[in-house]
Amino acid sequence: MMDVFETQRAMRQMRKAAMQRGVVAVLDMGTHQATCLILRFDGGDLPTVDGVGPMAGQSQFRVIGAATTRARGMRHGEISAMQETERAIRTVVQAAQKMAQVRADHAIVCFSGANPRSYGVTGEIDVTGQEVSESDVAAVLGSCDTPDIGGHRTILHAQPVNFALDYRSGLSDPRGQIGNTLTTDMHLLAVDRAVVQNILHCVKRCDLELAGLASSAYAAGISAMVEDEQKLGAACIDMGAGTTGISIFLRGHMIFADTVRIGGAHVTQDISKGLGIPLDLAERIKTLHGGLEATGRDDREMIPLTGETGDWEHDRREISRSELIGIMRPRVEEILEDVHARLEAAGFDHLPSQKIVLTGGASQVPGLSALATRMLGQQVRLGRPLRIQGMPQAAAGPGFAATVGLCLFAAHPQDECWDFDIETHRYPARSLRRAVRWFRENW
Amino acid sequence: MRPLIHRRRDLNDPAPSRAAYRMTRLWLSPLFRRLVTAVMPAALIFGGAAAWVTQPAQIDMVKTWTGDILASVEARPEFQIRQMAVTGASPVLAEAIRARLSLEFPVSWFRLDPELLQASVAELDAVAQVQVSVELGGALSIAVREREPAVIWRRPFALEMLDATGHRIAYIDHRDGRPDLPLVTGTGADAAIPEALALIASAEPIQDRLRALTRRGERRWDIMLDRDQVIRLPETGAQQALERTLAIHAALDLLNRDVPVVDMRNPGRPTVRLGPGAMDYLRLTRSFEQGLASQ
Repeated sequence: MMDVFETQRAMRQMRKAAMQRGVVAVLDMGTHQATCLILRFDGGDLPTVDGVGPMAGQSQFRVIGAATTRARGMRHGEISAMQETERAIRTVVQAAQKMAQVRADHAIVCFSGANPRSYGVTGEIDVTGQEVSESDVAAVLGSCDTPDIGGHRTILHAQPVNFALDYRSGLSDPRGQIGNTLTTDMHLLAVDRAVVQNILHCVKRCDLELAGLASSAYAAGISAMVEDEQKLGAACIDMGAGTTGISIFLRGHMIFADTVRIGGAHVTQDISKGLGIPLDLAERIKTLHGGLEATGRDDREMIPLTGETGDWEHDRREISRSELIGIMRPRVEEILEDVHARLEAAGFDHLPSQKIVLTGGASQVPGLSALATRMLGQQVRLGRPLRIQGMPQAAAGPGFAATVGLCLFAAHPQDECWDFDIETHRYPARSLRRAVRWFRENW
Repeated sequence: MRPLIHRRRDLNDPAPSRAAYRMTRLWLSPLFRRLVTAVMPAALIFGGAAAWVTQPAQIDMVKTWTGDILASVEARPEFQIRQMAVTGASPVLAEAIRARLSLEFPVSWFRLDPELLQASVAELDAVAQVQVSVELGGALSIAVREREPAVIWRRPFALEMLDATGHRIAYIDHRDGRPDLPLVTGTGADAAIPEALALIASAEPIQDRLRALTRRGERRWDIMLDRDQVIRLPETGAQQALERTLAIHAALDLLNRDVPVVDMRNPGRPTVRLGPGAMDYLRLTRSFEQGLASQ
């Protein structure tokens, strides 16, 4: 099982190199916008003023360059036109570099598509009453049985979420403890291999070294949820343009992730189709006038649908805001229904706390929280990403939750399965220990 | 999909071309940036300057240029020296100094090295001390202090005038030039001139009879008087020995007798050598005394 992680391991080495250099680019390849932040890591000089905590560990780095551009060649969070995506990445990386006046060689990338699917796997080894060492942890992770994810799929995240030592479960770090049987629960996130390969290729064509890869549902969850939500159990709904990502966190770890392949772009598309207007105008009236809860006043608020077809009647149409809401609401309801179905399937009902955090660009539509409360449950709130040092104000909205989460991911990566070295020195050590024990018992 | 047929770049496309992107990244890499902004201009400037300067024509030009400037500065009247003033020297010595320096006036201030001139003048025997100074009024002033002649030293082939320290001042042709100076002879006499001068001063009572002081074996003095009379003085304590001799002379009128040699070399036993007449007289006296005794 460890063999499939060679790419991931190489990326981890890249990340180390980037940390040594102190500059890393964070690249969020969304369906609607591509964002690049350039982070400078400088030694973690924490402020020592009273009352200022470690600031969720984000005082270590600083955003020195930020740029956003319209995404091109992306559909459902996947690359559909490689050349166009490459152009968008070049644009955004160049602009961020210009702002930072620093060249970024390493990029950490997140994307939302590729049909992520979660698997929970379990591994168990015998530690024979000895102290659990790091190699034992690696061994128990290596002993997890690989689920059949399919030949065209690859593993994006493999995070140990729980360790148990002799029926003592819920250990976050079993090292140094003594027991007989070490068990682990690991969360695997599998995605389509071709999508990942396309992204790898695209980043490589922009002369960047890939130093990490994350699912944007996971990244949005890190940044939009506060720590107690992550600990007690909550779901983060990252409503993007092409996809809606779902990630469920419990005890600080992601235990489930999924995506619904509908998003804000489909709402725009509905408006465009329903009203017979171009997509950019549809996007504009969606962001300016859109809503989900119609009131009596909305019948009187008229929205001009200007056009340039030359037909006077066609170009001078007006609709009321309630008509617009009438177009938007069914699509958002559909998204939320799908999300609800996915959460049901994941067993979200059985979690101790059913908190839901809505974030992402499409969550800014007015009236969403009321609608989501009706459809998903009472504990719904709208989430914005954490504030990080040096982030421009324009990039502080919920549309940048995944980007900010990716910064935190870059600063504090979760231990993944491939961070533990195994086999080579484990096997002889174990057999040697066995031989010593045999001697002790027989002499 | 973009059309495959080549067309002009879309001006509305904000994306940089691959080449522009790469150039921007290259420009942002610190090493390359330093190379272009600092190293390359410096190398170009220095290289160009070096290439230009090393052309022979340019070297000649620079040389003539600097030469002209130097010459024009040197030729300015403020820096010209037109005459030389020698003070404190006899006319003969002044002439010798002028001949030795052999300067052609006017000469530029920059072409003169006062220390070199001073060393050159100090090499002259007759010069005890010299101070060469250049005054910007346009005169070279040489202040000389001459050596005072104290004795004349007769050597086998020459007569030399020495000062009180024994340093040679000049060769002279004959003694008549300076009859007032005492005469010393003998090899190595110049090394003991102060002692000789002291002896001559002590020999004041027999001044009119003193002819010369002769250095013997480079260690002691003989005082030569007229009538070929010699006072041999010891190596050390010559002064006391001379005074003792003069005391004997005062008491016994020793030096006026027929005593060619007074040998004071052994201070415990002053010895005199009698002349032939005195010897005869002594013998006669003795035999007369013996005759008296024997009778």
